[in-house]
Amino acid sequence: MELLMAIVIGILFMCATYLMLSKSILRIIIGTGLLSHGAHLLILTMGGLKGGSVPLLSDEAATYVDPLPQALILTAIVISFGVTSFLLVLAYRTYQELGTDDMEEMRGTETNE
Amino acid sequence: MSLLHWAVLSPFLLAIIVPILYKLFRQIHTGWFVLILPILLFTYFSRFISLTKQGDIIMESATWIPSLGIDVDFYVDGLGLLFALLITGIGSLVVLYSIFYLSKEKEKLNQFYVFLLLFMGAMLGVVLSDNLIVLYSFWEFTSLSSFLLIGYWNERERSRYGAQKSLLITVLGGLSMLGGIILLSIMGNTFSIRELIAQSGELMDHSLFVPALLLVLLGAFTKSAQFPFHIWLPDAMEAPTPVSAYLHSATMVKAGIYLVARLSPVFAESGLWFWLVSIAGLITLFWGSFSAIKQTDLKGILAFSTISQLGLIMSLLGLGAAALHYETLGENIYLAATVAAVFHLINHATFKGSLFMVAGIIDHETGTRDIRKLGGLMQLMPITFTVAVIGAFSMAGLPPFNGFLSKEMFLASMVNVLELNIFNMETWGVLFPVVAWVASVFTFIYSMIVVLKPFTGKLQLQLLEKKPHEAPIGMLISPIILASLVIVFGIFPNLLSSSIIKPAVAGIQPSLVGPDFQVHIDFWHGFQPEVWMTIGIIAFGILLYMTLPKWQKITQWIPERISLNALYDNGVRGLERSASSVMKVLMTGSIRTYLLSIFLFFILSLGFTLYWKDAFKLDTGDFAQIGIYELVLAAIIVIGSIAILFARSRLTSIIILGAVGYTISLFFVLLRAPDLALTQLVIETISVALFLLCFFHLPLMASRKEERMTFKLNNAMISIGVGVIVTLIALSAHSNKLFDSISNYYLENAYKEAGGKNVVNVILVDFRGLDTMFEICVLSIAALGIFAMIKLRLTGGKDKS
Repeated sequence: MELLMAIVIGILFMCATYLMLSKSILRIIIGTGLLSHGAHLLILTMGGLKGGSVPLLSDEAATYVDPLPQALILTAIVISFGVTSFLLVLAYRTYQELGTDDMEEMRGTETNE
Repeated sequence: MSLLHWAVLSPFLLAIIVPILYKLFRQIHTGWFVLILPILLFTYFSRFISLTKQGDIIMESATWIPSLGIDVDFYVDGLGLLFALLITGIGSLVVLYSIFYLSKEKEKLNQFYVFLLLFMGAMLGVVLSDNLIVLYSFWEFTSLSSFLLIGYWNERERSRYGAQKSLLITVLGGLSMLGGIILLSIMGNTFSIRELIAQSGELMDHSLFVPALLLVLLGAFTKSAQFPFHIWLPDAMEAPTPVSAYLHSATMVKAGIYLVARLSPVFAESGLWFWLVSIAGLITLFWGSFSAIKQTDLKGILAFSTISQLGLIMSLLGLGAAALHYETLGENIYLAATVAAVFHLINHATFKGSLFMVAGIIDHETGTRDIRKLGGLMQLMPITFTVAVIGAFSMAGLPPFNGFLSKEMFLASMVNVLELNIFNMETWGVLFPVVAWVASVFTFIYSMIVVLKPFTGKLQLQLLEKKPHEAPIGMLISPIILASLVIVFGIFPNLLSSSIIKPAVAGIQPSLVGPDFQVHIDFWHGFQPEVWMTIGIIAFGILLYMTLPKWQKITQWIPERISLNALYDNGVRGLERSASSVMKVLMTGSIRTYLLSIFLFFILSLGFTLYWKDAFKLDTGDFAQIGIYELVLAAIIVIGSIAILFARSRLTSIIILGAVGYTISLFFVLLRAPDLALTQLVIETISVALFLLCFFHLPLMASRKEERMTFKLNNAMISIGVGVIVTLIALSAHSNKLFDSISNYYLENAYKEAGGKNVVNVILVDFRGLDTMFEICVLSIAALGIFAMIKLRLTGGKDKS
């Protein structure tokens, strides 16, 4: 199971990296979205995927899954959501102001300043 | 803080007051206020002569940074006193001269005297400091104030060039000297020169001895304009002439000489020191005197002559080191080299100071310093001419002036080298007197050029900017005083021998100079070899001077483009160019290249660490079972994320991203994380909505076509590398678990201590509530930021077209 998850995470990271290296600003943000998915799954996997009950205390369950990574991921999801929405609005404003979504055209070199 | 401390610091204090005086008393030349201080200091330091004469040393301490062993310890011994007297004495004369040289209407006198006083104080600090760090601080202060003085006429391009060049070279040396000082302090565990001298024997065998020696010498050589670092000095002649006379002949350029002399007791046992100092000195002596001949600017000749004379003193200090290898004082002929060095140091300060002032007078009264335009000034400026003759003849080494005596002693020391039987001197020693003799011939020639070209021959009035006439008396006082000193020291050299020279030699070679050591400078000492050498110099010098036009072209044999100056200029330019070309390659302004380097570094550093530490481990024993659901979900995620890469339209990519997000929340369901699944579902929905909003507002432009990503091999390889590295590290980390989770505590205490049954929520708001608070902050900031971005439309004064 962990092996499978590690490979899935690796593929998520791979696709995220490839998207982030592209020119379109929307694709870059999609890449960051995939990257955070990969990171969240990674945290969960590293906590161990051994069986156990949902971490809601009850009398029937003998063992529970590790609650700590879940708390960490919950925090991470919310933060990455905040950042992603900010980035998206930033991209939206960039379209409005600059009229382009191509990162190569947004280069701040000496020649076009 | 003793009186001595106040004496060294007084120029700095006066420098603060000078601008006020300048503003308050505009009708009085500011120099008069400044003049008082060096005269007072000179009288103050003269009182020490009687003490140092008996071998006493005055030591005064003040704490500065005691925890680092850095205290402002000043001490006056013969060597320090000699320099202090030179600095204050010539300082007074230069200030007096500058009062008449610089016009109070046209010049920024406040700046000039502030810089000059800063320099004077710094120089006094250099020669009187016992603590090497304090010495270094003052040393850099001299570099800085010299930079300011060279660039005094900062509206001129050449001044700024000269100032920058001198700063770059002297600071290069200064910093390497700091390195040497630190090495010395590591070896001797002290910054005090006295304490280092006391343990010089043990330092010799230390492994850091040679690096320290080289670094300290680099500092001394750059400051004292030794070959090949002499190139800054001729360009420093853009400074006002009083500055050239003071800094670049009498004081600052001798800071390196002082350093070599001062640290001789520490280093001079070593053969390396002997060779480096004397060879550098001889090369500089020869090269300086040779280059002086081809100059056409009067100050240019004097600059190269200064370089050459500094080389002479340096080579004598190097030879003086040989004295340490001979025990018996009576027959120790090598000690005479040190005596000659000290004597010539004094002589050079007197005659070179006066010659610079003469050059300044000629410049001031005729408007040019070019010897091709000057001539026949003898009748018009008789006093200046007399001073010039005395100075130049002393420089050439003619009797009865003081230069003759020190030149004789110099030649004698060089001849003595032939009897030296250490350091393989038998084979190469013969070069010493030969080089010295040839350089002396050149010295004679350029000395004659200095005095004869401007003053004799035909007066070419049409070439001069002004009608020449004798300088005002105020301007002549200082050179006359210096020229009379040249004669006095020439005729009565023993005025100096026991009062000044002997204590100074004792400072350079404390182990050899005992109470029974006597310095006696003879005018005539029989038909020794040096007498014949002097006669030869004069004869050859006259012969070569007469035929100068025939052979002067030979001096141009090195073309300008491969000269040391060209090397320096190209070096500076090359450094700038290569730095900017490196920047152009690295800093493209494209985010893609920066990301590529970041990811590449990520892959290489982590991959290399994994490989090098042999860290990869795969332990499948701990793995959980794979169920069919997980397999299906994993397949959806993999297919989905790869499909994004091939999606043609962005809308498709956004929808697939949503699909991947929902699948992940299903994963959370499977992996028993209900809170995560809920949050993920909600957030994925909002994110997709936001993505669609963003997509909807894309500008409709002809250039913006929906197209697939073009395949780039580099990007693909980097991405695959990142994926593989993450997988490997994840597996390796999972297989290397070192200890159990701490979660049992939360599971046990969630209800008992916090009264909640949902352990994840209890962790979020109770056990680790602080995280949650700041996560709320993040969301608030993001919301406010988004609001501001949408609402705030500042166009920076420009109207949007």
